[in-house]
Amino acid sequence: MDIHEYQAKELLSGYGVKIAEGGLAYSPEDAVQRAREIGGHIWAVKAQIHSGARGKAGGIKICKTHDEVEAAASHLLGKRLVTHQTGPAGKVCSRLYVEAGTEIAKELYFCFLVDRSSERIVMVGSAQGGMDIEELAVSQPDAIKKIYIEPAVGLQDYQAREMAFALGLDAEILSHAVKTIKGCYNALRALDVSMLEINPLVVTRSGELLALDAKMGFDDNALFRQQKISELRDKTQEDPREMAAADRGLSYVGLDGDIGCMINGAGLAMATMDMIKLAGGEPANFLDVGGGASAERTEKAFRLVLADQNVKAMLVNIFAGINRCDWIAEGVVQAVRKIDMKVPLIVRLSGTNVAEGQRIIAESGLPIITADTLAEAAEKAVQARNAVVAQAAAAQEI
Amino acid sequence: MAIFINETTRIIVQGITGKIGSFHAEDMLKYGSKVVGGVTPGKGGQSHLGLPVFNTVKEAVQATGADASIVFVPPAFAADSIMEAADAGIRYCVSITDGIPTQDMMTVKNFLRRFPVDQRMILTGPNCAGTISPGRSMLGIMPGHIYLPGHVGIVGRSGTLGYEAADQLKRLGIGVSTSVGIGGDPINGSSHRDVLEQFEQDPDTHVVLMIGEIGGPQEVEAGLFAKKYMGKPVVAYIAGLTAPEGRRMGHAGAIISSAGESAAEKVALLKDLGVTICPTPAAMGVTVAQVLARF
Repeated sequence: MDIHEYQAKELLSGYGVKIAEGGLAYSPEDAVQRAREIGGHIWAVKAQIHSGARGKAGGIKICKTHDEVEAAASHLLGKRLVTHQTGPAGKVCSRLYVEAGTEIAKELYFCFLVDRSSERIVMVGSAQGGMDIEELAVSQPDAIKKIYIEPAVGLQDYQAREMAFALGLDAEILSHAVKTIKGCYNALRALDVSMLEINPLVVTRSGELLALDAKMGFDDNALFRQQKISELRDKTQEDPREMAAADRGLSYVGLDGDIGCMINGAGLAMATMDMIKLAGGEPANFLDVGGGASAERTEKAFRLVLADQNVKAMLVNIFAGINRCDWIAEGVVQAVRKIDMKVPLIVRLSGTNVAEGQRIIAESGLPIITADTLAEAAEKAVQARNAVVAQAAAAQEI
Repeated sequence: MAIFINETTRIIVQGITGKIGSFHAEDMLKYGSKVVGGVTPGKGGQSHLGLPVFNTVKEAVQATGADASIVFVPPAFAADSIMEAADAGIRYCVSITDGIPTQDMMTVKNFLRRFPVDQRMILTGPNCAGTISPGRSMLGIMPGHIYLPGHVGIVGRSGTLGYEAADQLKRLGIGVSTSVGIGGDPINGSSHRDVLEQFEQDPDTHVVLMIGEIGGPQEVEAGLFAKKYMGKPVVAYIAGLTAPEGRRMGHAGAIISSAGESAAEKVALLKDLGVTICPTPAAMGVTVAQVLARF
């Protein structure tokens, strides 16, 4: 789960990380009011969306008058911002963060993340902040400092100092830097953070160390014990279909293709999508219905897949382990009878009670295309999709 | 032989009185696994499925001589149960539980590393279907009947994709020495590499099928190990050709977050390391058959 910049900053400031003065705004009037409260002559009006690279997408405006603040806020609120992290659909901005302008002497990069190779938390920093760290890692790997933290004892002062020196910080702000770094680490451990990025971390002209941006991602598996973090969830930033799926205990990811999929198990789902692609098609979604695919769940999954207007054929691939193919088949038949399906359906069942499952499908009298193997299922799905597209094209010509 | 479990493995079920634990304990007994007891704190002294229930893993090990355990405990308490098993002298543990916090798994791994190697419990999972040595013992939730006994070692992250592989092999009359699910989480008990190491030493295993997916460094690390230290051929399939960057595909670990983690990149790296790649997920069985025929 991700949160907004202003929420991350609020959390981090509770752990001793310094941030610029700022406030949240839901309207242009709010934004001007926040600017008044902050005072000064320069403000940053920042779109709050769950994505980095907002600056490049025009989501951050530097303003020198209250009128400019109002104009920037009017422009940004309700706007759909597209960054390289949001995908082509972009994300709608409905909150703004108005922040006091900062005079920057130096921009640095700093983050903590869980490293899968070492199974430890790693601290990453670079004196070259503001840049895309992925690009920097390729072009100048030596410019990036990585320090691994021993989980049993946690982050030590000497490691924080080592990072501070690697960031090129002066001795005068060393103790403040150590406090900032340790504060971030403490937040990470206490709040089940999976990724914490401050880009840029800046040294101001007056010699302060300030988190100018902050991004935090949390471990979804740990949200049960992070009630306060769960409350920060902003559902408007998430894909509505994925949210609906999650509420029903299904795992769904919308994609750009037109062959809808319903599969049990994440690995088999990915493999089936691969098979569709290899057969010349494009999957419309990833959907893992999990282990206990009851008739009710099956119907919900069907509705979810078919809600995507792009879907021109639907493929069901179930390998029944704990499940039984006859139960799945009954669920599919029920779902098809209830929902007015306008696209061809291809069903492949395998595993426990497969013969019984196939019999139920065959005797239902419904126009369901069946397949025995994974390859056959994908090929039939692509053929059915192509037939639908050809038919639509022919109808248009007439 | 097989790896991790065989007909002599004595199993306890942690969380045996729960609905899921109970269901699968019964299924394992039916398969012929030597399940000798269960653990549910507070229910010690009771009997469940005709098996003795203990308050602690230590008591269970002392009374039954158990050397393996399977964990069905809910995610909030699972890490604790795994560490309890390790401390009680269990040699091999499978954690089925899905949804254990990553930091808890970091603690578990750190805890396990404290033990000298010869006394260290081997953990596979969490978030997996378990391990089966067909015809000998099943320590998991898979449908046992889809596996033929034989000489192909299978290691994979996904449950149902592993079933798909076993089914393809069965259709070709090819059997399995042991199939190990390592689970879909970012930090897991054993990596692909760890399991390859075991298969290399098992005389019953003649070829290994590694079923990987997008995200993380483990498949490539396993490939490096295979090139350097393995005499047995390794066949691999990597799922997730169509997965976009930055989107989690069901498994917590299945997300492309940096260079080298996409399916195409992993396939290219593994090919360079001499691993035979299955061109499609429907060709896992035939690819293994071709490699077996050559050796």
